[in-house]
Amino acid sequence: MDIGVLFLQSFGLISNWDSNLSEIVFLSLQVTVTAVVLACLLGLPIGAMVGTFRFFGRSGLILGMNVLMGLPPVIVGLVVYLLLSASGPMGVLGLLYTPFAMIIAQTVLVTPIIAALSRQVIEDLWMEYAEQFASLGVSRRARIFALLWDARFSLLTVVLAGFGRAVAEVGAVMIVGGNINHVTRVMTTAIALETSRGQLELALALGLVLLIVSLVVNIVVMAFRGTIVRGAYA
Amino acid sequence: MTRSNDRRRSYSAELIESGITPPLLSARNLCFEMQGQPLLQSVNLSVRAGRRTIVIGPNGAGKSLLLRLLHGLIPMTTGDIYWKGQRFSRDAQSAQAMVFQRPVLLRRSVLANLKFALKVCGFVGPERARRVQDALRISGLMDVANRPARVLSGGEQQRLAIARALVCAPELLLLDEPTANLDPAATSYIETLIDMASGRGITVVMVTHDQGQARRLADDLVFLQDGRVEGTGVASDLFANPRSEAMKAWLDGRLHVRREEM
Ligand SMILES: Nc1ncnc2c1ncn2[C@@H]1O[C@H](COP(=O)(O)OP(=O)(O)O)[C@@H](O)[C@H]1O
Ligand SMILES: [Mg+2]
Repeated sequence: MDIGVLFLQSFGLISNWDSNLSEIVFLSLQVTVTAVVLACLLGLPIGAMVGTFRFFGRSGLILGMNVLMGLPPVIVGLVVYLLLSASGPMGVLGLLYTPFAMIIAQTVLVTPIIAALSRQVIEDLWMEYAEQFASLGVSRRARIFALLWDARFSLLTVVLAGFGRAVAEVGAVMIVGGNINHVTRVMTTAIALETSRGQLELALALGLVLLIVSLVVNIVVMAFRGTIVRGAYA
Repeated sequence: MTRSNDRRRSYSAELIESGITPPLLSARNLCFEMQGQPLLQSVNLSVRAGRRTIVIGPNGAGKSLLLRLLHGLIPMTTGDIYWKGQRFSRDAQSAQAMVFQRPVLLRRSVLANLKFALKVCGFVGPERARRVQDALRISGLMDVANRPARVLSGGEQQRLAIARALVCAPELLLLDEPTANLDPAATSYIETLIDMASGRGITVVMVTHDQGQARRLADDLVFLQDGRVEGTGVASDLFANPRSEAMKAWLDGRLHVRREEM
């Protein structure tokens, strides 16, 4: 098939935006945004604590966090599947093949990224602040909050990296979500399905939408960052 | 533990017997080594309450290290530091404030920098607001209160750092070369601010390598070179009659080459 024709057809599909497409896009965003928020709630404090406290086993933990950043999604999917499956330890909750399962899998995938990258950001800032904070007598708790706040602009980039990884991920959500129409079908699993069915114009349309969604999220976050930072922050 | 308690008591007792009120801060035989290299050797000095003690000496003499030790930021190798005749403690540190050679300002507005310090030392509500206003006024930063601290000019940043150090009303203010990178006008502003602080009864210990500044500001003087105190006493006496060859040479502007480099 001619690529040009394919593109035209997929643009046609996007312009005939239907409720089915909205459903898929909306679910994707719902799952990914929830997972990224959860990953931030877990990962940012972990990153800040590992970045500023000295304790036994710290370098090992940092190495572990960095390795976990590259965790293959299918492995996360498999492990979460085993935990949630009927015979698994959390089987009674009946979460397998629901959006919750996908949120769990993506949270597991993104938390190490947020934790490892924010650890580096916070540690660099801490190098600069440490003596001044010691002099002022800032408590450990206040230190964590102050560093997270003062690193907020760099941390936004970290969060975007996590979002990018989660929204583009297919292996884990496929395994634990099952790509069930109207229930757990998200953009990436739909693309995989339509491609395998030979519905290339639909797959391409979804792919374009995914790209646009990522782009819009990045633009919105960066614009938000820009308004605050502009000309103001060194 | 018992031994150090004994020592502490005997030192205070010794001072009281001799009819001297203990100095606000003093160091006895202070030594600091790093990787076996002695960077400060048997430093003895006293900081008298309500006075301005200026620490002078060439680059690399150990002035910044000395200030960090006196503020309890790094542990000494041997020796003792006393605060009001008592062994240095956490409480002593919180009664002091330090401004570093390169001021460390939070990535926030001028106002938020002041509020942060006040929150840490426990001021809230109207008292905090009052202190913030006072700090902005004395530092002349009222007009830039809402500007991010890190876009201020060098002089403004240094003024903010000093104003922030003063908001919690410390008993002792430690300043590490606050005017090293400033032009004469900005320097003069900082000196006015320091004057004002000591006018409020705050004891000042300031490091400088600027002789003129030392002459303008010093009540007492500590001359440091190669990690040793090469002269200490009332500034006017010491300037008129430098007690060591090293200090005389420095005052005459003769270049000093560090011993290990000779
Ligand atoms: N963290 C450090 N590690 C090794 N050497 C240091 C360290 N800090 C300071 N020094 C050395 O101690 C000496 C005194 O430094 P400093 O107190 O900064 O001098 P100054 O009188 O210029 O403030 C210098 O020779 C410096 O190289
Ligand atoms: Mg110095």
